[in-house]
Amino acid sequence: MKTQDTLIVDGREVAIEGEPNLLELIRKAGIEIPTFCYHSELSVYGACRLCLVDIEGRGIQASCSARPESGMVVRTRTQEIREMRKISVELLLANHDMDCPTCPKSRSCKLQDLAHKLGVDKVRFKRTHKPKPVDHSSPCLTRDPNKCVLCGDCVRACYEIQGIGAIDFVGRGTSNQVMPAFGKDLNQVECVGCGQCAAVCPTGALSPKREVNQVWRDLENPAKTVVVQIAPAVRAGLGEFFGSEAGATCTGKTVAALKALGFDQVYDTCFAADLTVIEEANEFIQRKTAGERLPQFTSCCPAWVKFTEQFYPELRHHLSTCRSPQQMFGSMARELLPNMLGVKNEDLVVVSIMPCTAKKFEAKLDKFIDADGVADVDHVVTTQGLARMIEEAGIDFANLPPESFDMPMGFRTGAGILFGASGGVSEAVLRYAVEKISDMPLPSVDFHQTRGEEGIREVNLEVNGMMLKLCIVHGLANARTIAEQVKAGQCDYDLIEVMTCPGGCVAGAGQPVSIGRQTIRQRAQALYNNDKTVQIHKSQDNFEVARCYSDCLGDVGGDKAHKLLHTHYQNRRAVINQANSCKGAPALAPTQATCAACEKCGAAV
Amino acid sequence: MCNCATPGNRSNATAVQTVDLNQVKDAYTQAASVCSRRIVICAGTGCMANGAMKVFDAFHIALQEQGVRVLTAIDPDEPAQASEADEMVLHLSKSGCQGFCQMGPLVSIEPDGILYTLVRADDVADIVGETILKGALVDRLLYRDPQTRQVCRGPEEIAFYKRQTRQVLKMCGAIDPENIAEYISLGGYSAARRAYLMMSPETVCEEITESGLRGRGGGGFPTGHKWELTRVQPGPKKYVICNGDEGDPGAFMDRSVMEGAPHSVIEGMMIAARGIGADEGYIYVRMEYPLAVARVRRAVTDAEAAGILGDDLFGSGLNFRLHVMEGAGAFVCGEETALIASIEGKRGMPKPKPPFPAERGLWDKPTVINNVETLATVPIILREGAKALRGIGMPNSPGTKTFALTGHVANTGLIETPFGATLRQIVYEIGGGVLNDAGAPDPRGFKAVQIGGPSGGCLTPDHLDLTLDYDALRDVGAMVGSGGLVVMNQDTCMVSVARFFMQFTQNESCGKCVLCREGTRQMLALLDDIMEGTATEETLDLLKKLAIAVQKGSLCGLGKTAPSPVLSTLHYFRDEYEAHVRDKKCPAGQCKALADPEILADRCVGCTACARKCPVGAIQGYRKEAHVIDVAKCVKCGVCAETCKFDAIIGV
Repeated sequence: MKTQDTLIVDGREVAIEGEPNLLELIRKAGIEIPTFCYHSELSVYGACRLCLVDIEGRGIQASCSARPESGMVVRTRTQEIREMRKISVELLLANHDMDCPTCPKSRSCKLQDLAHKLGVDKVRFKRTHKPKPVDHSSPCLTRDPNKCVLCGDCVRACYEIQGIGAIDFVGRGTSNQVMPAFGKDLNQVECVGCGQCAAVCPTGALSPKREVNQVWRDLENPAKTVVVQIAPAVRAGLGEFFGSEAGATCTGKTVAALKALGFDQVYDTCFAADLTVIEEANEFIQRKTAGERLPQFTSCCPAWVKFTEQFYPELRHHLSTCRSPQQMFGSMARELLPNMLGVKNEDLVVVSIMPCTAKKFEAKLDKFIDADGVADVDHVVTTQGLARMIEEAGIDFANLPPESFDMPMGFRTGAGILFGASGGVSEAVLRYAVEKISDMPLPSVDFHQTRGEEGIREVNLEVNGMMLKLCIVHGLANARTIAEQVKAGQCDYDLIEVMTCPGGCVAGAGQPVSIGRQTIRQRAQALYNNDKTVQIHKSQDNFEVARCYSDCLGDVGGDKAHKLLHTHYQNRRAVINQANSCKGAPALAPTQATCAACEKCGAAV
Repeated sequence: MCNCATPGNRSNATAVQTVDLNQVKDAYTQAASVCSRRIVICAGTGCMANGAMKVFDAFHIALQEQGVRVLTAIDPDEPAQASEADEMVLHLSKSGCQGFCQMGPLVSIEPDGILYTLVRADDVADIVGETILKGALVDRLLYRDPQTRQVCRGPEEIAFYKRQTRQVLKMCGAIDPENIAEYISLGGYSAARRAYLMMSPETVCEEITESGLRGRGGGGFPTGHKWELTRVQPGPKKYVICNGDEGDPGAFMDRSVMEGAPHSVIEGMMIAARGIGADEGYIYVRMEYPLAVARVRRAVTDAEAAGILGDDLFGSGLNFRLHVMEGAGAFVCGEETALIASIEGKRGMPKPKPPFPAERGLWDKPTVINNVETLATVPIILREGAKALRGIGMPNSPGTKTFALTGHVANTGLIETPFGATLRQIVYEIGGGVLNDAGAPDPRGFKAVQIGGPSGGCLTPDHLDLTLDYDALRDVGAMVGSGGLVVMNQDTCMVSVARFFMQFTQNESCGKCVLCREGTRQMLALLDDIMEGTATEETLDLLKKLAIAVQKGSLCGLGKTAPSPVLSTLHYFRDEYEAHVRDKKCPAGQCKALADPEILADRCVGCTACARKCPVGAIQGYRKEAHVIDVAKCVKCGVCAETCKFDAIIGV
């Protein structure tokens, strides 16, 4: 019998169980090794030099890039290593703006945390920091190079997870900086605003754009009626700011906190998600039946939509024409609430609380702002932003008694809640579509095949002799793989769900900072559990949504639904496709990016 | 866009039949035999910069005027025939670097064994008139030994050459680097042929291992072992890379080999490819070496056209494609993982190892990267046998090593000695001794030598009899490195030396890892403090701690070796650092900020010259009376001391 391979870490024997590197093994042994640039989801970079350990016979090595070997004797906290780690942190601090109290990352900043934990009580080196301009151009993110430690996490997240590469290193040595190509601003390049760069940034160099001040102003203004929607993933993340375990759901407390902050009505984006399910599933059934524009791409993730418009404009007619739940909510709020609440449209302020930074970009799109300049959604605040507001207002979140959403737009089904997890949209659509196609009530609402963590998952099912082939994708690098297959005509999927953030909205960049897989898993599980606890699980059973159709929208996919709930897409390709600009090459085929009803209203493509 | 590799002359390579090396050799020898003499103009970068091409052209014209028939190339395919009318046929050729760069442009005349130095175009008429036509010497162009004042006829008599053992550089400086037939005529490509037809990959690796060849690029890793590690990797696709990104200040060994004997590098790569089972290779040459790039490109094209490179090498059924790629102009691209990234079109930044290139290198395929000099040594081993290499040098460092000798030494240039030569031999015999700042020989002037450039350390008079080899140097905190040797005299401030190299590495740090990026900058700042007199003893402690952290903790070789000049000068010249810090004095008098100018009253005659020249009016005094310097006003520019004819001003 083969004995277990082991090595010694700080005098303790630890089993080697296939860890990819020594760092993972040491952490498994319960020893926290400091790092800036190591993320298990990203490639090993080896730049921060904090994970140094002393390996007997080999000297000091970076544990992130050392392989665990049987019989190794490893020391993680010798005097020499502690001094070297301290020196590294001091070196970084010497070239840092040290504006901790005013930094958006204060208290969740790794640099601050490590300086404290490693006992850095003074910086022995000369200050070398020179102020650099802060990039406020993006509606989604703020890039502050003054706080950057050049760990490259953002660069790798953008390139490796999202397949984009909107930012990279520029300049050599001490002139090294992370920035978009040619020194452009973030809003001038192919950034999709997903914010995964900010999610992995250990400092405040990349952070979600703050929009809370505008919200405070409207809350203070007695002339305004401020309503708010909460995205599904928010309820599975906000509690982490206030001491809850990851995966704790805090819907009632969140509602209570928003009311305490002075919001006039608190609604649920899941209500709009139910609307989305009905419209999108209906569109899907039509397209599937007619065999047109398949596969259908989901359209609820704005970063994915921008990605398609930018890199695959020729595929944009595959996108569902449904607006995202946030925007459906916005247009329905503008349609219903002025009458219902007795306010003028311009005095109605619609705020959304989102786990997402790309939603900020989406809300500001011209197509969602009317001729008078009134946006369907006025302000998008991230989960982080809401936590700041709660803290600033001095609300004791942990001890708030839960409250209920306001009706009608606070009524939702479990299907809407699932939107926050990768695979959730597909499951919600199946709960509608399968029932509709088979014309029989579902024996079980759970479609377990849609759930999981793989970046690309296939779901095949047969309904009344009709084969449905779904693909569930998260991470845009994976989406690129699938989009290439679609472009090449190599896949026969009917529906492709794409979520930009790995794991879905629960891992959005507006959520509490963590790209730990376990945390993301727990948040997703919280949503699946939440689905179980509500009474209704299928969007078609949402009677408030049904009432919307009967009182206001008319037919599903009808003219009014089209006007309020659907949209068009544009070509955002920044660099002209060489193949198409070549002489003699066929021009880019005109794409149909309209829903059937569009043709009636004559909307431009 | 990256500077992508040239595809070479592929269609030709496949069409050409298997080359018969003996036939080429015989044809070349036959074609060359019509020439009675050969005039070789050194066309290394140094000589070219000093007008070697003008000299070449002048020879061409002058010889033709004298009715001498001149061949500038020996083409075995179309050999020149000597006719009755020709009284004399001469071969006028260019060579790669002959090494004695300080004395360039160099002109050698063979078989006479004459070497003319510092030749200008104006001198050519005399050489043709006296030497070529009459067989007499032009004395004024011969080298004169600085110690003995003896006139030397040629390399046989010049100490600089006499004390060297030129193996890698043997052809470099003798042959026409642009003539593949001449290379073949001297046995070139016979080693590659042997490797492809008579040896297995295993035996190629074994023979290199047996020879004890170690990497000449700095690390000294056993080459055969590196090949073997790559050979055993699975998979059909492997690469060989030649690292020609020589970037150390003052080092130009690899450049000289690429310029002077490019085919020896190609042959070495072919053998390496055979050893590991690669069918594709890259020569990565730094773009600041345009001549080397051109010569290597030409050599690749010629080798392809001759049927030596390409498909079915020597009829073995094996292929080898070679691409030449210009570097991106970064020192760090000499680091192997950064070099690979650069070839792949990525930013030249090192990656953590493992994985080593032997396992996952270029495009994630097993890859061998060797330095130019290492590869140029390989054909010699296969031609002369592993034992022949072991016969020279030291047991753990067999063979020879080229060095770029520079600094305060009489003979600067490119040299090659066996491992195990002592510093004394190099500095005093080959180098001709130490010079003072005025350029005069100074027998007791030797203070230190910086070996291995910015990655290396310094050696002191205590090390003059140290044998130079990988292990002995490592033991004293220095390294062979790529082979830069900077000799320094007593007037050199060692803190300034450390600062010079730190400035270099700081500029060249890629900026990836914290310790190197920020650490080199802070070490530089601490050295500045020391030189400006604002440092304390704590500064020295902090400098040392930081240097050790950067050395032990940096990601790549650049960072790990960047502190070497600081640590080594701190170790051997601690007192000099302490003088800067404690007494605020620079013992060598080089640090301006620490200068303490004083007018010696007994020497000052009161001529007022210094007072008139002082830009800040810091010198006062009456005519014919001793002057004084107002230290508060003085900016320590030193103009006064330069002006004083009576050596009355000291300390600046």
